[in-house]
Amino acid sequence: MPILGILASSVPAAAGAYDSIATVSVGSGGAASAEFTSIPSTYTHLQVRFINLQDSTQNIWMQFNGDTASNYSWHDLFGDGASASTGSGTNDVYFKIGYVGSTSTSYAGAGVTDILDYANTNKYKTARTLAGTDVNGSGGYVLLRSGSWRNTNAVTSIKILPTSGNFKQYSSFALYGIRGN
Amino acid sequence: MAAGITYTPLATTTLGSNTASVTFSSIPSTYTDLVLICSTASATAGGNELNCQVNSDTGSNYSFTYVLGNGSSAASGRGSNQTRWAPGEQSASFENPTLMYFFNYSNTTTYKTMLSRRNTVSNLTSAFVNLWRSTSAINSIYLYNASGHLFLSGSTFTLYGIKAA
Repeated sequence: MPILGILASSVPAAAGAYDSIATVSVGSGGAASAEFTSIPSTYTHLQVRFINLQDSTQNIWMQFNGDTASNYSWHDLFGDGASASTGSGTNDVYFKIGYVGSTSTSYAGAGVTDILDYANTNKYKTARTLAGTDVNGSGGYVLLRSGSWRNTNAVTSIKILPTSGNFKQYSSFALYGIRGN
Repeated sequence: MAAGITYTPLATTTLGSNTASVTFSSIPSTYTDLVLICSTASATAGGNELNCQVNSDTGSNYSFTYVLGNGSSAASGRGSNQTRWAPGEQSASFENPTLMYFFNYSNTTTYKTMLSRRNTVSNLTSAFVNLWRSTSAINSIYLYNASGHLFLSGSTFTLYGIKAA
């Protein structure tokens, strides 16, 4: 059954529950990190959608509000094409979100990180990620990850950085806000 | 910071009869990511997948890596040089929610990465990372039920576009 693009749509227009807030696109010189600052507190949840190209095959991390102390923890479940494994970290200086399995510009990692109740000052902050990279049989992972920041402050800034090395050109990180009623 | 409403519904269909395939064509290039949500079942029981090709490419340009849990164990596998993705599960009842995220689908610099969640509620849950080795912008998505089986009447398919600021 062919669907002729948007002409076939019968879904009502969006009610504005999901807003694009800002995007960081990495230029030709690369970048050590991507950062969103002055995040408004007017949403219920945040979502970061990313494409990551890196100069080394590494994980990428997330930190909030410039906090580089040991206030983060995380778990993950991942598959490498041969077996399923799990990992965790406690009292870390970050939580993990993504990974890239190749340094080639052709093979990008990708992911979606949801940051829940980011402006609520009564609870520690939690996040969940679906991410991965496939290199046609030459490496890569699919990843389900959760992270926690043991702080009740509202999240006002987000920093994303590789374990080591830099993000390469064409990496892109987009921040969205999700409204509640 | 700029802010703009996005997550726009582009097209949707609900099958009124058992159907072999669904195609989203003429997808505009004006968004950053695409999200495709499918609630499907197979008209024939047993051994089915929801398969996906883009831009009518039937070559061996697809690959994927997955992790799954079936209630007793977890496992991972991958397919290389495939002629299609297999992002969805298909059983004979509506217990197969499939979610697909197409990232930077219109960029012409990198190969395309798609993340998906493939489920049969009574049997397994899984996550896939999928790769299409082409730098072409994705302008059509073709979904079909493996083994020549049909999608069951009542299956739904909805495509959204997300535009970054």
